[in-house]
Order: sequence, then C-alpha cells, then structure tokens
Amino acid sequence: MSMATVMTWHDWLTLLWHFMQLSLLSVGGAISTTAELQRLLVQQHGWLTQAQFNDSLAIAKAAPGPNVLFVVQMGWNVGMNTGSWPAAALGAATAILGMLLPSSCLALGVSAWCRRNGERRGVRAFQLGMAPLVIALMVSAGLILAGAREADASAWPRLALSAVAALIILRIRVHMLWLLAAGALLGSLGIV
Amino acid sequence: MPTTTSTTRPGPLAPVELFTAFSLLALQGFGGVMAVVQRELVERRRWLSQEEFLAEWAVAQILPGPNVVNLSLMLGNRYFGLRGALASLAGMLCGPALAMLALSALYTQFAGHPAVEGALRGVVAVAAGLFIATGLKMTAMLRRHPLPLPLGLGMAAVGVICAVALRWPLPATLLALGGTGCCLCYWRLKP
Repeated sequence: MSMATVMTWHDWLTLLWHFMQLSLLSVGGAISTTAELQRLLVQQHGWLTQAQFNDSLAIAKAAPGPNVLFVVQMGWNVGMNTGSWPAAALGAATAILGMLLPSSCLALGVSAWCRRNGERRGVRAFQLGMAPLVIALMVSAGLILAGAREADASAWPRLALSAVAALIILRIRVHMLWLLAAGALLGSLGIV
Repeated sequence: MPTTTSTTRPGPLAPVELFTAFSLLALQGFGGVMAVVQRELVERRRWLSQEEFLAEWAVAQILPGPNVVNLSLMLGNRYFGLRGALASLAGMLCGPALAMLALSALYTQFAGHPAVEGALRGVVAVAAGLFIATGLKMTAMLRRHPLPLPLGLGMAAVGVICAVALRWPLPATLLALGGTGCCLCYWRLKP
C-alpha cells in the first residue's frame, strides 16, 4: 500500500497543470476523465499505485457529496505517498483547485452571459430545448445507480427497494435521511 | 434569469445561508447530488422554480466541470455575486471532503465487511430511487413547454434508452437529443 515517492516543486506544478487541462475536458463531470487520470498518475508518473487509484474511486463513491471529490482523495494519496500530512493536504488542495478552477471560471462567465441575454430567442430555445434531455439524464442516473444495467436474479430486492423509495418520495413528504437510514438498515441486515 | 414576475420569492439572506444550505444538501447526496439540489432548493426552500432549475442545469450540464459544482456556482453567483458563488462552492465541497477523508481512514478496516457493504448497497438503492422520482416529478414542467407534451415525454424516454440501454457516451447524447430539442424549440419560439 505505502510507497515512498519524492515530489519536487516542479512535480507539484505538473500535477496542478494536468488537473487544469483535464478540467476543461470534463464534460459530463470529472468522472469522465478517470481513464486519462489513471494514465497520468499511475502509468506515466507513478505517483499512485493502481490499488490506491481504485480505492480512491471506491471511497469517493461510498461518501456523500459530489463525485468530483474523488480527485481530493487522489491528491491526498499522492501527497501521503511522500510521507507527510502537510504534503497530503497540499496534494488534495492542488487536485481540487486544478480540477475546478478553469471549469468554474467558464461556468460563471457563461451563466452571467446567459442571464444578461436571457430574453434572446436562442438562449430561451437552448434552455427549454435541453429540458427533455436533462430529465432523461436524471432518470438515467437513477437507473444506472440502481444497477439496472447489470441486473440479474439476485438484484431484484435491491431494485425493489429503489422502486419503493421512488414511490414514497413521489407520494409522501418524508425527510431523505429517514429513507437513507432505512436503506442502510435493510442492507446491513442482508435483506437487499 | 432575472425574476421580474415574482418579487416576493424566498431566497438566501446572506452568503452564509447558501453555505449551510449547500453543506446540508451535499451531505445527503449519495451517488450524486443533483436530485437533492432539486429537492432542497426547489421543493423545500422554494428559491427556484422548476423551470429556473432546469434552465440553469441545462447550462451547467453542457459545460465542462462537474454539473452540480457548476450549478452551485451559478446559483450562488445569482444572489451575491462572486461571494455567493464561493459560499455555495465551499458548502458543496468542504463537509463532504472531510467526511470522505475520514471514511478513507476507516476504509481499509471495513472494506469487505458484509454488513458495511450491505448498508452502502441499501443507501445507494434509496438514492437511486430519489433520482428516478425527481426525474419523474420534473416531467410536470413539460406540460408548460413550447414542445407538445407527448413529444417532450417521447424525447425524454429516448434519452433514457440511449444513456442506459444503448450506453451512448454523454457527448453523443447531448449533441443528438439536446441539439434536436434546441432546434425544435427555436422553431416553436418563432417571434
């Protein structure tokens, strides 16, 4: 698990630069850059082991919050591999800053432009015309998360839980945390 | 978009309120946060209408960067400018990042433990239900849409098939279905 790497200032800047480039390529979310990140961090520079790379993705998936946080975990591990906590913190900060700064500037600029030009026919058409697709993406994310793609006979209790949760949310006002807790309980008892 | 029609709409009173709102919703988001944003900001706090939420999301989705992060920046910016954008972003990232690093300290200990893995499976199944329910709720907005309802619903259904069953990469789906939707709307919005 542990490995001893040395990071020079040049290496830190290279890390930042890699993330900044990927930021502008991350249409559909940072997760779409994982193949390229694996190539850079594991194969080209050897800053992470393959096991650390995989674990970072798995941990981020288990934790709440936006998916992009997996880069924090990766940056943290890159720093930790040099053997110190401050380096780990620097790695985490470098990764998230690089991954978000370029895309965030672009998002703020474009959204400000859209607000100023919100009455233009083209802008209205874009924002309204995307609605069916955006709704489809929300439902698709749910179906993929539910495991609808790799469903076999053993998956049906889990799919049933997703369906029941969806029905409850559609019909009853209930706080999400109760439902999440119920899901965790059913899962830990081995029912789903 | 400027809200010229309703001036009494609730909104955050200070950037710190944005920070708390986004922290709370991000910590509830397993497997993705977009559905929780809709639930908390549109349904519970009523800071945005369903239409405004979808319009902002359309922009956040086609730009590079995580779409919920883009959305949080855009919403924060709408209320308090750059300060608001940074407050929302900090809320979205700080709590979950700390939670994740804490989790990773425990990870080697609990990875492979059947009860823990089971609990996670259950949480993710419920989160999946939230996404599906939110998507279905949002179809209500297609009733007040320039495209006829059956066409809107049909396009959404085709989108689900492309993404889930045919496994189209996102850029292809965005271009094909998003492009079609935008062109049709442009034509229907004829002045």
